[in-house]
Parts: sequence; C-alpha cells; structure tokens
Amino acid sequence: MSDARPTTRYTEYHPRWYRPRVSTWWWLARWPYLKFILREISSVFVAWFVVVLLLQIRALSRGPEAYAAFERWLQNPLIVLLNLITLFFVVFHAITWFNLAPSAMAIRFRGKRVPDLLIVGTNYAAWAAISLVVAWFLVRS
Amino acid sequence: MAKQSNEPVLWALFSAGGVMAAFVIPVHLFLLGMAFPLGWIPAPSYEHLLALVRLPITRLYLFVLCFLALFHWAHRFRYTLYDGLQIKHLNELIFVCCYGGAIFGTVLAGYLLWNFR
Repeated sequence: MSDARPTTRYTEYHPRWYRPRVSTWWWLARWPYLKFILREISSVFVAWFVVVLLLQIRALSRGPEAYAAFERWLQNPLIVLLNLITLFFVVFHAITWFNLAPSAMAIRFRGKRVPDLLIVGTNYAAWAAISLVVAWFLVRS
Repeated sequence: MAKQSNEPVLWALFSAGGVMAAFVIPVHLFLLGMAFPLGWIPAPSYEHLLALVRLPITRLYLFVLCFLALFHWAHRFRYTLYDGLQIKHLNELIFVCCYGGAIFGTVLAGYLLWNFR
C-alpha cells in the first residue's frame, strides 16, 4: 500500500452554468402554479385550527367562565372572518387531497387497476360519513 | 447526512396528517368556527363538552389529531418556504422552526390533555 495520493488540483474556474433567475413571484404567473401554492399554504390554516382546538381544550379545563370567554372570543368578527378563510383552505386541502388519492395509491383488484373515480368516490363518501359522526358527537347539547 | 434518513418518517407523518386533516378538520371548523358562534346550530353546553373530553378515547383522538395535523403543517410549510420563496440558504433555520413548532404544539397538546380534569 502506498500513501501516494493524486496530486491533481482542479481549478475553481468553470464555464458559467446557464441558470435563468426565477422570480420570487413565479407562482403568480399561471393558475396551476397559484393553485399549487394555495394548496401548500392550506397547511398554515391546518395549524391555525390546532391552535383554536388547543385554546378550546384549555378553556374547557379552566371552568365554565373561561369557556364562556372562549365562546365570546369565537364570536369576534375578525376571528369569524379568519375562521371562514380557514374553512375555505381546509376544504380546498381536503378536495385536492382526495382527488390525488388515486395517484398516491394504485389499488389492484383481480389484476386490474381499480378505477380512479371509484377511489375518489370512496374517499368522498368516507368524508361525508366521518363528518356526520363528528357532528353527531358535537351537536347534541 | 442524518437529515436525509429522517425524510421518509417526516413524509409519512405529513401524509398521515394530510389524511386526518382532510377527513375531520372541515367539519370541526365549520361547527366550532362558524355554525356555533353564529348561532346557526345550538352550541353544545359546557357540561356536554366537558363530559366528552373527559373520556380517554376523546383525548386520544384529540391528541392524535393535533400531533398529525402539526407535523403535516411542518412538512408542507417547510417546502412552501423552500420552493415558494426560494430561501434554500435558510434550510437549517426553517427546519428547526417548523419541526420545533410542531414538537412544541404536540407536547402542549399532550400536557393539556393528560392533565385534563
């Protein structure tokens, strides 16, 4: 074994690559790009929902007065507006998520691929059923 | 790189959170944020909600919902910042802020739900 190492030195110089500068606002150029960014931004509203949920749990654990204050906070027009925007984004997330489901899971049945429409339809049916169950638990006063 | 080996786990959490968020958050938000405060549907009483959240199964559900939804946010928001704003040079900072936020929220949810009277 020898310790001899190649002594080749590479120069730092190389021809400049062709890299066109992409604007920070590239996603405003076309509707599909904008839709992509809106879909990604929906995650921020998912996080906001968790914040509201945690505030609700904290108010519940602190007693009836704290919970009444939390309910009043929810009636603040600004919070209602924010929650309306949040609802738009989480529904947008749900729709885009379910529509992508056939691409994410290619299910085969007896050697044939299950039609995309069936997978999407099953997802929407499950969405409706789960929504009803959640509402059933919450709406009984 | 250690970060690369974490990626499948983080992606799986993102995906599971996406499913969870798509199925349950719209109905939760419609009721909690719109229908109850605006009086479209009578809001559940304090006692009803208290009894519901005292059930261990409800608390487990709420914890899983918070945990997965937050890691879904962390992953997606991280890539939105990378791609949307092209700030790849801040990789480490964004990584720490996103997953740090998700871990903080998850611990907070665990603390609140574990100590729920």
